[in-house]
Amino acid sequence: MTTVTDQATRQETAASSAQVPPAIELRGISKAFGPVQANKNISIKVARGSIHGIVGENGAGKSTLMSILYGFYKADAGEVYINGKRTDIPDSLAAIRAGIGMVFQHFKLVENFTVLENVILGAEDSALLGPSRRRARGVLKQLASDFELEVEPDALIEELSVGHQQRVEILKALYREADILILDEPTGVLTPSEADHLFRILRGLKEQGKTIILITHKLREIMDVTDEVSVMRRGEMVATRKTADTSPTELAELMVGRKVLLRVEKTKAQPGDEVLRVEGLRLVDAQGVERLRKIGFNLRAGEILGIAGVAGNGQSELLEVLAGLREAEGKAWLRGAPLPLSGPECNGQARRAARIAHVPEDRHRRGLVLPFHAWENTALGYHNDPRYNPSPWRMDGAAIVADTAAKMERFDVRPPNPQLPAEGFSGGNQQKIVLAREIEYGPDLLLVGQPTRGVDIGAIEFIHQRLIQLRDAGAAILLVSVELDEILSLSDRILVMFDGRIMGERMADATDAKELGLMMAGMTET
Amino acid sequence: MSSKRIPNWADVTLVPLVSVVLAFIISAILIWAIGESPWAAVKMMVDGAFGSSYGWGYTLYYATNFMFTGLAVAVAFQARLFNIGGEGQAALGGLGVALVLLYLPWPHWTLALLGASVGAALFGALWALIPGYLQAKRGSHIVITTIMFNFIAASFLNYMLVNFLRPVGSQDPSSPRFPDATSLPKLHEILGLFGIPFSKVPPVNISLLIAVGLCFAVWWMLWRTRLGYQIRALGESEPAAQYAGISPARITIIVMLISGGLAGLMALNNVMGEQERLVLNAVEGAGFIGIAVALMGRNHPFGVFLAAILFGFLYQGGAELALWTGIPRELIVVIQALVILFTGALDNMVRIPIAKLFSLRRAG
Repeated sequence: MTTVTDQATRQETAASSAQVPPAIELRGISKAFGPVQANKNISIKVARGSIHGIVGENGAGKSTLMSILYGFYKADAGEVYINGKRTDIPDSLAAIRAGIGMVFQHFKLVENFTVLENVILGAEDSALLGPSRRRARGVLKQLASDFELEVEPDALIEELSVGHQQRVEILKALYREADILILDEPTGVLTPSEADHLFRILRGLKEQGKTIILITHKLREIMDVTDEVSVMRRGEMVATRKTADTSPTELAELMVGRKVLLRVEKTKAQPGDEVLRVEGLRLVDAQGVERLRKIGFNLRAGEILGIAGVAGNGQSELLEVLAGLREAEGKAWLRGAPLPLSGPECNGQARRAARIAHVPEDRHRRGLVLPFHAWENTALGYHNDPRYNPSPWRMDGAAIVADTAAKMERFDVRPPNPQLPAEGFSGGNQQKIVLAREIEYGPDLLLVGQPTRGVDIGAIEFIHQRLIQLRDAGAAILLVSVELDEILSLSDRILVMFDGRIMGERMADATDAKELGLMMAGMTET
Repeated sequence: MSSKRIPNWADVTLVPLVSVVLAFIISAILIWAIGESPWAAVKMMVDGAFGSSYGWGYTLYYATNFMFTGLAVAVAFQARLFNIGGEGQAALGGLGVALVLLYLPWPHWTLALLGASVGAALFGALWALIPGYLQAKRGSHIVITTIMFNFIAASFLNYMLVNFLRPVGSQDPSSPRFPDATSLPKLHEILGLFGIPFSKVPPVNISLLIAVGLCFAVWWMLWRTRLGYQIRALGESEPAAQYAGISPARITIIVMLISGGLAGLMALNNVMGEQERLVLNAVEGAGFIGIAVALMGRNHPFGVFLAAILFGFLYQGGAELALWTGIPRELIVVIQALVILFTGALDNMVRIPIAKLFSLRRAG
């Protein structure tokens, strides 16, 4: 703790002395997309040699602000000062020249190039690659020893773990001599130990005088690693605090603008009969990689079974197999009757007929047809419902619209307009449309993937309550989420997946994030 | 995102309209550049296509062809299948019509029309079924296979005409004339029933009403039935369709059957209605024009209806222009090409400025 306060004071003196201007200063930045004001008159100072966190709900304008700083968008108004000097950033090349490096949430790496090739890509010294490669090799070696940024320079990107790929992104920025590093949701894809390593790297970079902007929605990370934190809400910068002087509760309130419950209130589960049993589930993908390795578990009525794991360890495949979207080997039973995992009876319609509902992980790709009206999306998957089809030919649009309007009201979808295309709703409201469709169908088994990804805090609360209600009504719920907090607060029982295997099972009230984190990282039970 | 900011009415009317106007402006410059008067040319085209019931008759005859082939492309595109094979499917439709009319006895044209419709739609649909099946089950790209099937259709038709349908002793690779009882009523006869005079020369016939009816039927199918819902869902998002339990393979095959059937039905107009026998290359490129018509009509049946009439006008007006002025026939093709270029390929060139205008108006 002493070091943190040390740094805070050092920084304070740095900021107060007029000789050292802030690394980044934004003055009155505004940006609108059509009628949507994404950034409203934003001013912020980021002290040199500090780690500055930016938090806010999805859609608060964090990414827009950083995109302006990196030259992807042009601000409608406002000025950018880098090290006290007014700087125009029309494109990302200008941003790089101004010493800004960006690590995107979705890496921008060439998968079948080596680390070295990715690092020099776009920064080659000459037409011949030899000299650049030799120079880069030396620089990488230096950076590796300075900042714990070890990566094998000749490894192909596709062979690296996600954590290592992220290091390559950081190396790319440092190779371009970035002084200011922006990281957008860097820990979303990392295991807890990889995240810890990342934070050590960031602290090391800070020691060397680099300035770091960390965009995240995870308050714990903000508390752990930042010196200062700014909170955005609906396009506005609502507060900037010294991290040492604030608390997660205060930050959460600032983000939402009112008090929120971070824990879900629920009673103890009353599990009933077994609804789903799975044995020896195995899936090999088109590339011959084994995605699910002989998975077995059971799920009972009235309980929420959470599947924890870092993204990409087989949870998505498990959901898709159970939802009938992919074929797999193995056996499954639904209420004692065999559930086909391959063949013509393995499809979305058959699953719905068996009272299995599915809230898919990717609502933009699967859960919704974005250009369709909300009412058309309400019929998605239930287009054969006799209520919607009064005759063998005609679909009763009016009946679906009326049904949608009622569902929208019960799920507080805003705006409650069934005629609006799905893409016109915010993330949280889109998710409510999907949930209303799947929950109100009254399933025996609900498969839910990432129920609150890209959903603002207000809607998260609502969605969690609805899931608990469904559980209490006697449905079995299989919950897949990469948010450990969500798994911990919603589930009654937790399975941890790693590399296509189930690493272990815990009761939610008898475990914690640390233990699950170790299991998610592949540490076997001891 | 910018395309989404245009109101729907502007998307379907204003954007194509501006595109067409731009194409005409460039055409006018071209005509002026070769020393002819653009104004006289426009007057000649409009007079030729719409100035008399004779002109109207030809314009509508061509438009009928384009409605059939345009609908075929539009339906397939709703499922994001690009059916380039309208030409071959329409040719096979012609074969279906010829076989039905030549080898079965028909007492009256109404029954003959019914039988010929079945033959035309069936042959066209079956010709589209093979590429559809290959796409659905084997992943062979529909664009490639339907293009190839156009060539196969042409050769196949050639073979059938020369070896089977050609009357003994004839040097002309065409079928015998269909029986008189199968002759379809022309538009002037239909309008005559209501006492409206109309030129007897142009070949426009009762298939025009069938084509217009099909525009409505296709719209109803796409937006009012479960099948249409599934087709559009598959077109907008295959993963979402799969999630909903809609089988992409099944819908792909059904859509291609419908599309091929619509293209095949064109034979009612040109083979049964006009030539009254099957000749080589009866389709004359209408299958390809259908692509432009669907593109311009935004793959909406009502858009196809309007675009088909526009292209009918270009065909008929262009023919008049070539006949009566010093403007070479090739320039007519250039004008048609410009319309296709502007409404199809350069769509965004028009759309983005219009979208900006709308957002400015909203802001201001």
